[in-house]
Amino acid sequence: MIIEKLAEIIANKLDCDVADITAETKLTDLGMDSLDIAELLMDISDEFGVEIEVSPDIQLVSDLVAKIEELKAE
Amino acid sequence: MKRVVVTGMGCVTPIGNTVDEYAKALIEGKNGIDTITHFDVTDNKYTLAGELKDFDPAKRLDKNAIRKSDIYTQYALYAADEAVEQSGIIGKIDPDELGVYVGSGIGGFETFCTEHENLLKSGQRRVSPQFIPKMIGNIAAGNVAIRFGAKGPCIAHTTACATSSTSIGEAYRAIAVGAAEAIICGGSEAVINPLAVAGFGNCQALSAATDKNAASLPFDKRRGGFVMGEGAAMLVLEEYEHAVNRGAEILAEVVGYGTTCDAHHVTAPDPTASQVARAIKLAMKGNEVDAEKIYFNAHGTGTKLNDLTETTALKLAFGDDAGKIHVSSTKSMTGHMLGAAGAAEAIASILTIRSGIIPPTINLLEPDEECDLNYTPNTAVEAPIELALSESLGFGGHNVCLAFRACK
Repeated sequence: MIIEKLAEIIANKLDCDVADITAETKLTDLGMDSLDIAELLMDISDEFGVEIEVSPDIQLVSDLVAKIEELKAE
Repeated sequence: MKRVVVTGMGCVTPIGNTVDEYAKALIEGKNGIDTITHFDVTDNKYTLAGELKDFDPAKRLDKNAIRKSDIYTQYALYAADEAVEQSGIIGKIDPDELGVYVGSGIGGFETFCTEHENLLKSGQRRVSPQFIPKMIGNIAAGNVAIRFGAKGPCIAHTTACATSSTSIGEAYRAIAVGAAEAIICGGSEAVINPLAVAGFGNCQALSAATDKNAASLPFDKRRGGFVMGEGAAMLVLEEYEHAVNRGAEILAEVVGYGTTCDAHHVTAPDPTASQVARAIKLAMKGNEVDAEKIYFNAHGTGTKLNDLTETTALKLAFGDDAGKIHVSSTKSMTGHMLGAAGAAEAIASILTIRSGIIPPTINLLEPDEECDLNYTPNTAVEAPIELALSESLGFGGHNVCLAFRACK
Protein backbone atom coordinates (compact mmCIF):
# COMPACT_ATOMS: atom_id res chain seq x y z
CA MET A 1 0.00 0.00 0.00
CA ILE A 2 1.30 3.42 -0.99
CA ILE A 3 0.07 5.19 2.14
CA GLU A 4 1.85 2.79 4.50
CA LYS A 5 5.14 3.05 2.64
CA LEU A 6 4.82 6.84 2.43
CA ALA A 7 4.02 7.17 6.14
CA GLU A 8 7.10 5.11 6.87
CA ILE A 9 9.31 7.39 4.73
CA ILE A 10 7.94 10.51 6.42
CA ALA A 11 8.25 9.01 9.91
CA ASN A 12 11.86 8.03 9.20
CA LYS A 13 12.68 11.45 7.87
CA LEU A 14 11.15 13.35 10.78
CA ASP A 15 11.98 10.75 13.41
CA CYS A 16 8.34 10.67 14.53
CA ASP A 17 5.79 7.95 15.24
CA VAL A 18 4.40 6.37 12.08
CA ALA A 19 1.02 6.08 13.82
CA ASP A 20 0.79 9.89 13.84
CA ILE A 21 0.65 9.95 10.05
CA THR A 22 -2.68 9.33 8.29
CA ALA A 23 -4.07 10.28 4.89
CA GLU A 24 -5.60 13.41 6.41
CA THR A 25 -2.40 14.62 8.11
CA LYS A 26 -1.28 18.04 6.98
CA LEU A 27 2.45 18.02 6.17
CA THR A 28 3.04 21.39 7.82
CA ASP A 29 1.39 20.08 11.00
CA LEU A 30 4.27 17.58 11.19
CA GLY A 31 6.66 20.54 11.29
CA MET A 32 7.61 20.30 7.62
CA ASP A 33 8.40 23.45 5.63
CA SER A 34 8.66 23.91 1.87
CA LEU A 35 12.28 22.69 1.88
CA ASP A 36 11.35 19.50 3.75
CA ILE A 37 8.53 18.84 1.30
CA ALA A 38 10.86 19.34 -1.68
CA GLU A 39 13.26 16.89 -0.08
CA LEU A 40 10.47 14.40 0.57
CA LEU A 41 9.62 14.45 -3.14
CA MET A 42 13.15 13.18 -3.81
CA ASP A 43 12.67 10.31 -1.39
CA ILE A 44 9.36 9.52 -3.09
CA SER A 45 11.12 9.46 -6.45
CA ASP A 46 13.68 6.96 -5.09
CA GLU A 47 11.01 4.73 -3.55
CA PHE A 48 8.18 4.85 -6.10
CA GLY A 49 10.02 5.86 -9.27
CA VAL A 50 7.79 8.87 -9.92
CA GLU A 51 8.83 12.52 -10.17
CA ILE A 52 6.37 14.82 -8.42
CA GLU A 53 6.88 18.53 -9.06
CA VAL A 54 6.82 20.95 -6.12
CA SER A 55 3.36 22.50 -5.99
CA PRO A 56 1.20 24.46 -3.55
CA ASP A 57 -1.50 21.78 -4.08
CA ILE A 58 0.50 19.37 -1.96
CA GLN A 59 -0.89 19.89 1.54
CA LEU A 60 -2.03 16.54 2.89
CA VAL A 61 -0.47 13.10 2.89
CA SER A 62 -3.42 12.05 0.73
CA ASP A 63 -2.42 14.65 -1.89
CA LEU A 64 0.89 12.85 -2.25
CA VAL A 65 -0.78 9.44 -2.39
CA ALA A 66 -3.07 10.68 -5.18
CA LYS A 67 -0.11 12.10 -7.13
CA ILE A 68 1.86 8.89 -6.80
CA GLU A 69 -1.12 6.81 -7.95
CA GLU A 70 -1.75 9.15 -10.87
CA LEU A 71 1.85 9.10 -12.05
CA LYS A 72 2.21 5.36 -11.61
CA ALA A 73 -0.92 4.80 -13.70
CA GLU A 74 0.54 6.80 -16.61
CA MET B 1 30.58 55.85 24.26
CA LYS B 2 28.61 53.37 26.37
CA ARG B 3 30.25 50.75 28.58
CA VAL B 4 29.88 47.12 27.49
CA VAL B 5 29.81 44.13 29.82
CA VAL B 6 29.62 40.35 29.56
CA THR B 7 26.49 38.81 31.08
CA GLY B 8 26.53 35.30 29.60
CA MET B 9 29.00 32.71 28.37
CA GLY B 10 28.53 29.33 26.68
CA CYS B 11 30.78 26.88 24.91
CA VAL B 12 31.31 23.40 23.53
CA THR B 13 35.00 22.59 23.29
CA PRO B 14 37.30 19.57 22.99
CA ILE B 15 37.89 19.82 26.76
CA GLY B 16 34.36 20.47 27.99
CA ASN B 17 30.80 20.87 26.78
CA THR B 18 29.84 23.59 29.28
CA VAL B 19 31.69 26.65 30.60
CA ASP B 20 32.08 24.95 34.00
CA GLU B 21 33.66 21.84 32.48
CA TYR B 22 35.87 23.99 30.27
CA ALA B 23 37.01 26.14 33.22
CA LYS B 24 37.95 23.09 35.25
CA ALA B 25 39.79 21.47 32.33
CA LEU B 26 41.76 24.66 31.58
CA ILE B 27 43.13 24.80 35.11
CA GLU B 28 43.83 21.06 35.20
CA GLY B 29 45.71 21.32 31.92
CA LYS B 30 43.57 18.67 30.25
CA ASN B 31 44.61 17.54 26.80
CA GLY B 32 41.60 17.44 24.42
CA ILE B 33 43.56 16.05 21.50
CA ASP B 34 43.25 12.45 20.40
CA THR B 35 42.92 10.24 17.34
CA ILE B 36 40.25 11.47 14.92
CA THR B 37 37.00 9.49 15.15
CA HIS B 38 34.82 11.57 12.78
CA PHE B 39 36.29 9.68 9.82
CA ASP B 40 38.64 6.80 9.15
CA VAL B 41 42.25 7.99 9.35
CA THR B 42 43.93 4.71 8.44
CA ASP B 43 46.83 5.55 6.11
CA ASN B 44 46.34 9.30 6.65
CA LYS B 45 49.25 11.59 7.33
CA TYR B 46 47.23 13.68 9.80
CA THR B 47 45.48 11.56 12.40
CA LEU B 48 44.99 13.77 15.48
CA ALA B 49 42.43 16.44 16.29
CA GLY B 50 40.65 18.06 19.20
CA GLU B 51 37.15 16.69 18.72
CA LEU B 52 34.20 17.32 21.00
CA LYS B 53 33.63 14.42 23.41
CA ASP B 54 30.14 12.96 24.01
CA PHE B 55 28.42 15.94 22.41
CA ASP B 56 24.67 15.32 22.48
CA PRO B 57 22.77 18.09 20.66
CA ALA B 58 19.46 16.69 21.96
CA LYS B 59 20.31 18.05 25.42
CA ARG B 60 19.44 21.53 24.17
CA LEU B 61 18.00 21.24 20.63
CA ASP B 62 14.82 19.62 19.35
CA LYS B 63 15.03 16.98 16.64
CA ASN B 64 13.82 19.38 13.93
CA ALA B 65 16.64 21.83 14.68
CA ILE B 66 19.13 18.97 14.61
CA ARG B 67 17.80 17.48 11.38
CA LYS B 68 17.81 20.78 9.52
CA SER B 69 21.20 22.07 10.67
CA ASP B 70 24.77 21.39 9.73
CA ILE B 71 26.83 20.33 12.72
CA TYR B 72 28.46 23.78 12.88
CA THR B 73 25.05 25.35 13.44
CA GLN B 74 24.23 22.75 16.09
CA TYR B 75 27.39 23.68 17.99
CA ALA B 76 26.53 27.38 17.66
CA LEU B 77 22.96 26.94 18.90
CA TYR B 78 24.08 24.75 21.79
CA ALA B 79 26.71 27.24 23.01
CA ALA B 80 24.42 30.23 22.46
CA ASP B 81 21.72 28.52 24.51
CA GLU B 82 24.05 28.18 27.49
CA ALA B 83 25.20 31.80 27.21
CA VAL B 84 21.68 33.18 26.84
CA GLU B 85 20.43 31.01 29.69
CA GLN B 86 23.13 32.37 31.99
CA SER B 87 22.43 35.96 30.97
CA GLY B 88 18.70 35.65 31.74
CA ILE B 89 18.16 38.33 29.12
CA ILE B 90 15.22 36.88 27.21
CA GLY B 91 12.04 38.68 28.22
CA LYS B 92 14.10 41.50 29.72
CA ILE B 93 15.06 43.15 26.43
CA ASP B 94 13.20 44.66 23.48
CA PRO B 95 13.77 42.06 20.71
CA ASP B 96 14.65 44.91 18.33
CA GLU B 97 17.59 45.72 20.62
CA LEU B 98 19.00 42.18 20.73
CA GLY B 99 21.55 41.39 18.02
CA VAL B 100 23.45 38.30 16.87
CA TYR B 101 27.05 38.42 15.65
CA VAL B 102 27.92 34.78 15.08
CA GLY B 103 30.48 33.79 12.50
CA SER B 104 32.34 30.77 11.23
CA GLY B 105 35.69 30.49 9.54
CA ILE B 106 34.20 28.21 6.90
CA GLY B 107 30.56 27.25 7.51
CA GLY B 108 28.78 24.01 6.74
CA PHE B 109 31.70 22.10 5.28
CA GLU B 110 30.28 18.66 6.07
CA THR B 111 27.02 19.50 4.31
CA PHE B 112 28.99 20.82 1.34
CA CYS B 113 30.87 17.53 1.04
CA THR B 114 27.76 15.36 1.38
CA GLU B 115 25.80 17.26 -1.24
CA HIS B 116 28.72 17.41 -3.65
CA GLU B 117 28.89 13.65 -3.38
CA ASN B 118 25.15 13.46 -4.13
CA LEU B 119 25.67 15.60 -7.21
CA LEU B 120 28.47 13.43 -8.55
CA LYS B 121 26.71 10.18 -7.73
CA SER B 122 23.11 10.92 -8.64
CA GLY B 123 22.97 14.21 -10.52
CA GLN B 124 21.44 17.62 -9.99
CA ARG B 125 18.00 16.39 -8.95
CA ARG B 126 19.42 14.61 -5.91
CA VAL B 127 21.05 17.67 -4.33
CA SER B 128 19.05 18.43 -1.20
CA PRO B 129 16.92 21.58 -1.15
CA GLN B 130 18.33 22.05 2.36
CA PHE B 131 21.87 22.23 0.96
CA ILE B 132 22.32 26.00 0.65
CA PRO B 133 20.46 27.06 3.80
CA LYS B 134 22.36 24.43 5.80
CA MET B 135 25.79 25.21 4.41
CA ILE B 136 26.14 29.00 4.17
CA GLY B 137 28.46 30.64 6.67
CA ASN B 138 25.87 33.08 8.05
CA ILE B 139 23.20 30.49 8.82
CA ALA B 140 24.37 29.80 12.36
CA ALA B 141 23.76 33.51 13.03
CA GLY B 142 20.35 33.29 11.35
CA ASN B 143 19.39 30.25 13.40
CA VAL B 144 20.54 31.81 16.69
CA ALA B 145 18.40 34.86 15.88
CA ILE B 146 15.38 32.64 15.16
CA ARG B 147 15.86 30.68 18.37
CA PHE B 148 15.93 33.75 20.60
CA GLY B 149 13.69 36.07 18.55
CA ALA B 150 16.60 38.50 18.23
CA LYS B 151 15.54 41.17 15.72
CA GLY B 152 18.42 43.62 16.01
CA PRO B 153 21.56 43.56 13.83
CA CYS B 154 22.43 40.02 12.72
CA ILE B 155 25.83 39.67 11.07
CA ALA B 156 28.23 36.80 10.43
CA HIS B 157 31.79 38.08 10.28
CA THR B 158 34.39 35.89 8.60
CA THR B 159 38.06 36.50 9.32
CA ALA B 160 39.27 32.87 9.25
CA CYS B 161 40.83 31.92 12.59
CA ALA B 162 40.12 35.39 14.01
CA THR B 163 36.39 35.14 13.21
CA SER B 164 34.89 34.98 16.67
CA SER B 165 37.24 37.61 18.08
CA THR B 166 36.07 39.88 15.29
CA SER B 167 32.44 39.02 16.19
CA ILE B 168 33.04 39.99 19.83
CA GLY B 169 35.00 43.13 18.96
CA GLU B 170 32.41 44.34 16.48
CA ALA B 171 29.60 43.57 18.92
CA TYR B 172 31.43 45.59 21.58
CA ARG B 173 31.71 48.51 19.19
CA ALA B 174 28.09 48.28 18.07
CA ILE B 175 26.81 48.36 21.66
CA ALA B 176 29.25 51.15 22.57
CA VAL B 177 27.75 53.41 19.90
CA GLY B 178 24.16 52.44 20.71
CA ALA B 179 23.38 50.21 17.70
CA ALA B 180 21.96 47.53 20.04
CA GLU B 181 21.46 47.01 23.79
CA ALA B 182 22.83 43.46 23.72
CA ILE B 183 24.42 41.11 21.21
CA ILE B 184 24.90 37.35 21.31
CA CYS B 185 28.34 36.98 19.75
CA GLY B 186 30.94 34.36 19.02
CA GLY B 187 31.70 31.69 16.50
CA SER B 188 31.43 28.06 15.54
CA GLU B 189 33.43 25.55 13.53
CA ALA B 190 33.04 21.91 12.56
CA VAL B 191 35.49 20.96 9.84
CA ILE B 192 37.23 17.86 11.14
CA ASN B 193 36.53 16.03 7.90
CA PRO B 194 38.80 14.45 5.27
CA LEU B 195 38.68 17.32 2.77
CA ALA B 196 39.40 20.09 5.29
CA VAL B 197 42.16 18.11 6.99
CA ALA B 198 43.76 17.43 3.61
CA GLY B 199 43.48 21.09 2.64
CA PHE B 200 44.91 22.49 5.87
CA GLY B 201 47.54 19.78 5.89
CA ASN B 202 48.73 20.39 2.36
CA CYS B 203 49.07 24.12 2.95
CA GLN B 204 51.63 23.20 5.64
CA ALA B 205 49.50 24.37 8.55
CA LEU B 206 48.92 21.09 10.41
CA SER B 207 51.11 19.04 12.71
CA ALA B 208 51.68 15.51 11.41
CA ALA B 209 52.55 14.26 14.90
CA THR B 210 51.11 10.95 16.02
CA ASP B 211 51.70 11.34 19.76
CA LYS B 212 48.77 13.28 21.20
CA ASN B 213 50.98 14.69 23.96
CA ALA B 214 53.49 16.03 21.47
CA ALA B 215 51.24 17.42 18.74
CA SER B 216 49.79 20.81 19.71
CA LEU B 217 53.01 22.42 20.96
CA PRO B 218 52.77 26.20 21.10
CA PHE B 219 56.10 27.92 21.82
CA ASP B 220 57.89 24.54 22.05
CA LYS B 221 60.94 23.93 19.87
CA ARG B 222 59.37 20.69 18.57
CA ARG B 223 56.26 22.42 17.19
CA GLY B 224 55.34 21.57 13.62
CA GLY B 225 51.93 23.05 12.94
CA PHE B 226 48.54 23.27 14.59
CA VAL B 227 46.15 20.49 15.50
CA MET B 228 42.62 21.03 14.31
CA GLY B 229 39.92 21.52 16.93
CA GLU B 230 36.20 22.20 16.70
CA GLY B 231 33.29 23.56 18.70
CA ALA B 232 31.59 26.85 19.43
CA ALA B 233 31.77 29.61 22.00
CA MET B 234 29.40 32.51 22.65
CA LEU B 235 29.19 35.58 24.85
CA VAL B 236 26.25 37.78 25.63
CA LEU B 237 27.53 41.36 25.53
CA GLU B 238 25.28 43.99 27.03
CA GLU B 239 25.22 47.72 27.57
CA TYR B 240 26.30 48.35 31.18
CA GLU B 241 23.24 50.35 32.37
CA HIS B 242 20.89 47.84 30.73
CA ALA B 243 22.60 45.01 32.61
CA VAL B 244 22.60 46.89 35.92
CA ASN B 245 18.97 47.97 35.61
CA ARG B 246 17.73 44.43 35.12
CA GLY B 247 19.93 43.11 37.94
CA ALA B 248 22.07 40.87 35.71
CA GLU B 249 25.25 39.28 37.02
CA ILE B 250 28.15 41.01 35.29
CA LEU B 251 31.00 38.62 34.52
CA ALA B 252 33.51 41.11 33.10
CA GLU B 253 33.78 44.33 31.14
CA VAL B 254 35.02 44.58 27.56
CA VAL B 255 37.50 47.45 27.58
CA GLY B 256 39.38 47.26 24.31
CA TYR B 257 39.41 46.03 20.74
CA GLY B 258 42.17 46.30 18.19
CA THR B 259 41.83 45.06 14.62
CA THR B 260 44.46 45.44 11.92
CA CYS B 261 45.67 43.66 8.80
CA ASP B 262 49.13 42.53 7.76
CA ALA B 263 48.42 43.15 4.05
CA HIS B 264 51.38 40.85 3.50
CA HIS B 265 50.55 37.25 2.49
CA VAL B 266 47.45 35.02 2.46
CA THR B 267 48.72 32.52 5.03
CA ALA B 268 52.15 33.60 6.34
CA PRO B 269 52.27 36.29 9.02
CA ASP B 270 54.35 39.40 8.42
CA PRO B 271 57.58 38.52 10.28
CA THR B 272 58.02 42.12 11.49
CA ALA B 273 54.80 41.60 13.53
CA SER B 274 54.16 45.34 13.36
CA GLN B 275 50.42 45.02 12.74
CA VAL B 276 49.92 42.36 15.41
CA ALA B 277 51.68 44.72 17.83
CA ARG B 278 49.46 47.58 16.71
CA ALA B 279 46.32 45.48 17.32
CA ILE B 280 47.58 44.80 20.86
CA LYS B 281 48.32 48.48 21.46
CA LEU B 282 44.87 49.48 20.18
CA ALA B 283 43.25 47.03 22.60
CA MET B 284 45.46 48.37 25.42
CA LYS B 285 44.47 51.99 24.79
CA GLY B 286 43.27 53.55 28.01
CA ASN B 287 44.07 50.37 29.96
CA GLU B 288 47.47 51.04 31.47
CA VAL B 289 48.18 48.39 34.13
CA ASP B 290 51.38 46.82 35.44
CA ALA B 291 52.67 44.14 33.08
CA GLU B 292 52.69 41.48 35.83
CA LYS B 293 48.91 41.96 36.16
CA ILE B 294 48.25 41.22 32.50
CA TYR B 295 47.17 37.83 31.17
CA PHE B 296 47.70 37.38 27.45
CA ASN B 297 45.84 34.49 25.85
CA ALA B 298 47.99 34.05 22.77
CA HIS B 299 46.76 32.87 19.40
CA GLY B 300 49.58 30.34 19.97
CA THR B 301 48.78 27.87 17.22
CA GLY B 302 52.02 25.90 17.34
CA THR B 303 53.15 26.76 13.83
CA LYS B 304 56.78 27.86 13.55
CA LEU B 305 55.94 31.31 12.24
CA ASN B 306 52.89 32.14 14.35
CA ASP B 307 54.52 31.67 17.73
CA LEU B 308 57.61 33.57 16.72
CA THR B 309 55.55 36.44 15.30
CA GLU B 310 53.44 36.72 18.44
CA THR B 311 56.54 36.76 20.62
CA THR B 312 57.97 39.56 18.50
CA ALA B 313 54.65 41.43 18.63
CA LEU B 314 54.54 41.29 22.43
CA LYS B 315 58.06 42.69 22.60
CA LEU B 316 57.13 45.48 20.21
CA ALA B 317 53.97 46.31 22.15
CA PHE B 318 55.39 46.08 25.69
CA GLY B 319 59.12 46.57 25.26
CA ASP B 320 61.18 45.40 28.25
CA ASP B 321 57.98 44.58 30.18
CA ALA B 322 56.99 41.82 27.73
CA GLY B 323 58.71 39.20 29.88
CA LYS B 324 56.57 40.09 32.91
CA ILE B 325 53.26 39.36 31.17
CA HIS B 326 51.56 36.04 31.90
CA VAL B 327 51.15 34.46 28.47
CA SER B 328 49.61 31.10 27.63
CA SER B 329 48.19 29.24 24.67
CA THR B 330 45.10 27.24 25.57
CA LYS B 331 45.27 25.73 22.08
CA SER B 332 47.81 23.38 23.63
CA MET B 333 44.72 21.77 25.23
CA THR B 334 41.88 22.40 22.76
CA GLY B 335 43.71 22.33 19.47
CA HIS B 336 42.77 25.11 17.07
CA MET B 337 39.02 25.65 17.06
CA LEU B 338 39.43 27.98 14.03
CA GLY B 339 36.39 30.26 13.80
CA ALA B 340 35.38 29.32 17.36
CA ALA B 341 38.85 29.79 18.83
CA GLY B 342 38.68 33.52 19.57
CA ALA B 343 35.47 33.29 21.57
CA ALA B 344 36.60 30.15 23.44
CA GLU B 345 39.80 32.00 24.35
CA ALA B 346 37.88 35.14 25.31
CA ILE B 347 36.00 32.92 27.78
CA ALA B 348 39.31 31.52 29.06
CA SER B 349 40.53 35.10 29.51
CA ILE B 350 37.42 36.15 31.44
CA LEU B 351 37.65 33.03 33.61
CA THR B 352 41.26 33.94 34.40
CA ILE B 353 40.31 37.44 35.57
CA ARG B 354 37.59 35.95 37.76
CA SER B 355 39.64 33.12 39.26
CA GLY B 356 43.14 34.59 39.35
CA ILE B 357 44.36 31.27 37.99
CA ILE B 358 46.24 31.33 34.72
CA PRO B 359 45.67 28.31 32.48
CA PRO B 360 48.93 26.71 31.32
CA THR B 361 50.48 25.99 27.96
CA ILE B 362 50.63 22.22 28.32
CA ASN B 363 53.31 19.93 26.89
CA LEU B 364 55.77 22.82 26.75
CA LEU B 365 58.84 20.71 27.55
CA GLU B 366 61.46 22.00 25.12
CA PRO B 367 61.34 25.79 25.04
CA ASP B 368 62.35 27.50 21.80
CA GLU B 369 65.22 29.96 22.45
CA GLU B 370 63.55 32.41 20.11
CA CYS B 371 60.30 32.26 22.08
CA ASP B 372 61.61 33.61 25.38
CA LEU B 373 58.60 35.02 27.24
CA ASN B 374 56.64 33.59 30.18
CA TYR B 375 54.22 31.15 28.53
CA THR B 376 52.98 29.57 31.80
CA PRO B 377 54.43 26.13 30.97
CA ASN B 378 52.61 22.94 31.97
CA THR B 379 50.88 23.95 35.20
CA ALA B 380 48.39 26.63 36.10
CA VAL B 381 49.73 29.59 38.08
CA GLU B 382 47.93 31.76 40.62
CA ALA B 383 48.35 35.49 40.05
CA PRO B 384 46.08 38.50 40.50
CA ILE B 385 45.13 39.59 36.99
CA GLU B 386 43.67 43.02 36.25
CA LEU B 387 43.56 42.92 32.50
CA ALA B 388 43.20 40.01 30.10
CA LEU B 389 44.05 40.27 26.44
CA SER B 390 42.90 37.65 23.95
CA GLU B 391 44.56 37.61 20.59
CA SER B 392 43.49 35.94 17.35
CA LEU B 393 45.18 35.95 13.98
CA GLY B 394 43.67 34.64 10.76
CA PHE B 395 44.60 33.62 7.22
CA GLY B 396 44.22 36.80 5.23
CA GLY B 397 46.40 38.69 7.69
CA HIS B 398 43.59 39.51 10.15
CA ASN B 399 44.91 40.53 13.57
CA VAL B 400 42.46 40.98 16.42
CA CYS B 401 43.05 41.69 20.09
CA LEU B 402 40.32 41.97 22.75
CA ALA B 403 40.73 43.39 26.25
CA PHE B 404 38.67 42.43 29.31
CA ARG B 405 38.77 43.44 32.96
CA ALA B 406 36.66 42.98 36.05
CA CYS B 407 33.72 45.40 36.05
CA LYS B 408 34.01 48.08 38.72
